[in-house]
Amino acid sequence: MQLTDTWMIRINSNQDLLKRGQWVNLTFTFGIENTDYLFEIINGKVNSIKKRVLLTKSGVFRIHGQSVSWEKHWLKKPPRDYHDIFAMLAKKIIILEGDLTPFIQNLQYFKDLIASNRTSND
Amino acid sequence: MTNNEIEFEDIIGRYLTININNENYRIYVEESGAGIPLICLHTAGSDARQFRHILNDKKITANYRVIAFDLPWHGKSNPPEGFETKEYKLTTILYKQIIMSFCKAYNVNQPVIMGCSMGGRVVLHLALEHSNYFRAVIALEGADKLEPYYDLDWLYRPDVHGGLVQAAFVSSQIAPQSPDNFRHETLWHYMQGGPGIFKGDLYFYWHDGDFDNRSSLIDTKKCPVYLLSGEYDCSCTPERTLATASRIKGSKATIIPGMGHFPMSENPELFKTYIYPILDEILI
Repeated sequence: MQLTDTWMIRINSNQDLLKRGQWVNLTFTFGIENTDYLFEIINGKVNSIKKRVLLTKSGVFRIHGQSVSWEKHWLKKPPRDYHDIFAMLAKKIIILEGDLTPFIQNLQYFKDLIASNRTSND
Repeated sequence: MTNNEIEFEDIIGRYLTININNENYRIYVEESGAGIPLICLHTAGSDARQFRHILNDKKITANYRVIAFDLPWHGKSNPPEGFETKEYKLTTILYKQIIMSFCKAYNVNQPVIMGCSMGGRVVLHLALEHSNYFRAVIALEGADKLEPYYDLDWLYRPDVHGGLVQAAFVSSQIAPQSPDNFRHETLWHYMQGGPGIFKGDLYFYWHDGDFDNRSSLIDTKKCPVYLLSGEYDCSCTPERTLATASRIKGSKATIIPGMGHFPMSENPELFKTYIYPILDEILI
């Protein structure tokens, strides 16, 4: 099973997260190293996660970080500066670009959605 | 249930009005204990409820009269009349005037003052300018200079829910190890702030209150300075706290592992293991 498959299951089985994101309808781009993924969200639920192949397809906003940074963020006990995407932003570990309005309007939803790929092991 | 069966907390809450520059400010204050006054200053965008675990701690209140008030515009303290026509912006001058006017009106003698975040910044100003009045200052998550890392306009605009976004912003500053119930209580306070108030506080915290050019002038022999910061604080980072301490000769700085930006409210039991020795030392 691919990383994106297990991640999607985790998001869509988290009823609290889905409730908080019930007004979110958009596609955003999530970047790991040189690979971008397009997350299509419908009423807070992830409808699809697809690799971004054509550069003419993009999300409303994009969050990008190095592979090693996301690995630290997804540890069960993440180290300081990696424990939250805003802590990562403060340290300039990740990049945030595009139209940030829907991201900020639903900030805790997007933080939790990204953190939901966190493993149960260190 | 009769009154005899109710287990009241020790905290007593009252109101008083102070006058600053011909404007009246109705202030809500809570206190508990007896002994040396210990004034507690809450963080930007929150209120004095953050200190309930200190106000209710019998080991502390046996020797200290703990006093925590809501700044005007915060918690149960009113903004002054006519607030609706002005945008709130906390300046260094006004912040210091509020604290000193409160201390005078409340008639406290030689208090210790402990502030968190922007409260941790302003106590450094007070250590320099009122070193004969304050017995000691304790800066929690306090540094003499910080770098902004997000655009404050997001905090006050009609298409973003102020309470939710404030809580979402500061949730990054809480340590992942902190107990869930206290994490969410800390965030709840942020969800209840008035529109634009967190933004107005951060004007002091990120811009007007810079103090790194004068912090080296503090005489810690006259007014001892203690700095306590959490490992996971991504705003007042351990590095910024230690840099501040290096500029204040004689100050004592400690980094708390597994703690974030809100030690007294996000993980009170862990915080107490660090604040007890400081309060004991001040007693001697």
